[in-house]
Amino acid sequence: MATQTTQQVEEIEPFEAAQEIEGGDVVLVDTREPHEYQEAHLENGKLVPPGLLGDEIAAAAPDKSARTILYCRSGNRSYKAAEQLQALGYEDVASMAGGILAWQEQGLPVVAASGMTAEQRDRYSRHTLLPEVGVDGQLKMLNAKVLLVGAGGLGAPTALYLAAAGIGTLGLVDDDVVDASNLQRQVIHNTERIGVPKTESARLTIEALNPDVNVVEHRLRLDSSNILEILGEYDVIVDGADNFPTRYLLNDASVRLRKPVVSASILSFDGQISTFVPFEGPCYRCLYPTPPPAELAPSCSANGVLGVMAGTMGLLQANEVLKLVLGIGEPLIGRLLLFEALSTRFTELKVRRDPDCPICGENAPEIADEDLGKFPDYELFCAG
Amino acid sequence: MATIRIPPVLRPQTGGQPEVEASGSSVGEVLRALTGAHPDTESQLFGPDGDLNRYVNVYLNDEDVRVLDGLDTPVGDADTVIIMPAMAGG
Repeated sequence: MATQTTQQVEEIEPFEAAQEIEGGDVVLVDTREPHEYQEAHLENGKLVPPGLLGDEIAAAAPDKSARTILYCRSGNRSYKAAEQLQALGYEDVASMAGGILAWQEQGLPVVAASGMTAEQRDRYSRHTLLPEVGVDGQLKMLNAKVLLVGAGGLGAPTALYLAAAGIGTLGLVDDDVVDASNLQRQVIHNTERIGVPKTESARLTIEALNPDVNVVEHRLRLDSSNILEILGEYDVIVDGADNFPTRYLLNDASVRLRKPVVSASILSFDGQISTFVPFEGPCYRCLYPTPPPAELAPSCSANGVLGVMAGTMGLLQANEVLKLVLGIGEPLIGRLLLFEALSTRFTELKVRRDPDCPICGENAPEIADEDLGKFPDYELFCAG
Repeated sequence: MATIRIPPVLRPQTGGQPEVEASGSSVGEVLRALTGAHPDTESQLFGPDGDLNRYVNVYLNDEDVRVLDGLDTPVGDADTVIIMPAMAGG
């Protein structure tokens, strides 16, 4: 009969663990509960709660021969977990004596929710539970500055969800006032706000939704005299403009300032979206070298637009923004995604950098500030 | 027959159809079959020189024909040609 001898678990002091972690090639496992992990944990510590050890350890620590250091709050749970791992065949396991309490007493660093209040930890708990977001990611969002160009069909849903997500600073560019005909899709406004400037209406809704968000109202139209200064204040730009001159101006200025732009447009039942990261992928002019003539560029006010489709595209924009802020996933760089609401069909097209692009190409000429957004070789282009 | 996907702005010129079947062995032939069947699309797709207008993007399946062989790009029966103009609605 085979007998299993309980092997003594190696215990190491926090400073020893710190040295090993710094040396690399260590799998670090946090054997506490999710709420404790959220509060504070060691950098790169992988959460495997005691009750889920059997199910989750293989994913957290796939190599049984790798050096594996376990820790918990004070060293008891990690010791027991280490015994279990040894029984599962892990060959090189250690438990950190005294746990994260001893670690912190020795002044060693943790990833703490310290940047967040108790109310914020509660509010964003469904984000911080996601390993790809975590407390670090939520803090990135709270520190992020995102500019929304247009607080209309696209900007309204985008702003609402970015505010809920806890984007710390939301700039809103729009010089229009709320009209009754907006309310079928611009869900950030409401009936009582008809006649109120859109930036103000959006700010009131956002402040009621999430007091963490600082809303900056830019009640104006972007032009070559103000765009560089305004874009300069932000990390990510969202293009939900309703006209071509603003879209080309925004492109040219964002390439100049190397700011990423999440760009969507909508008409009738159809929408399209791409993410332009200057010099990493194509820019808007690589995709659309020139704007179409007026008869091929109707507006939503002339042709109509399905509100739900606008909302869908706005949320796809918000999704792109969060990925850029968090540095996770695969943004729509070099890809144009089409959405057709009537057939519920998504189509992805490739977009390539144009080596001859007048804005981001290798031989792109210097452009004076006042010429941003212009078409020097395109006389038919009408700004208006 | 290849399939051509018609953008919303061109649908008034195709009787409202979002997709049109067209025969031809190249992108140019397929688009000419479209303009033959729906003459009002002609001036919106092609300039006086017979080239595609610069503001019209045409894709063969998921690739821009500008990085393929343009209007000479070969087309098979199972292929989809997508006409995609820029839109500015927000």
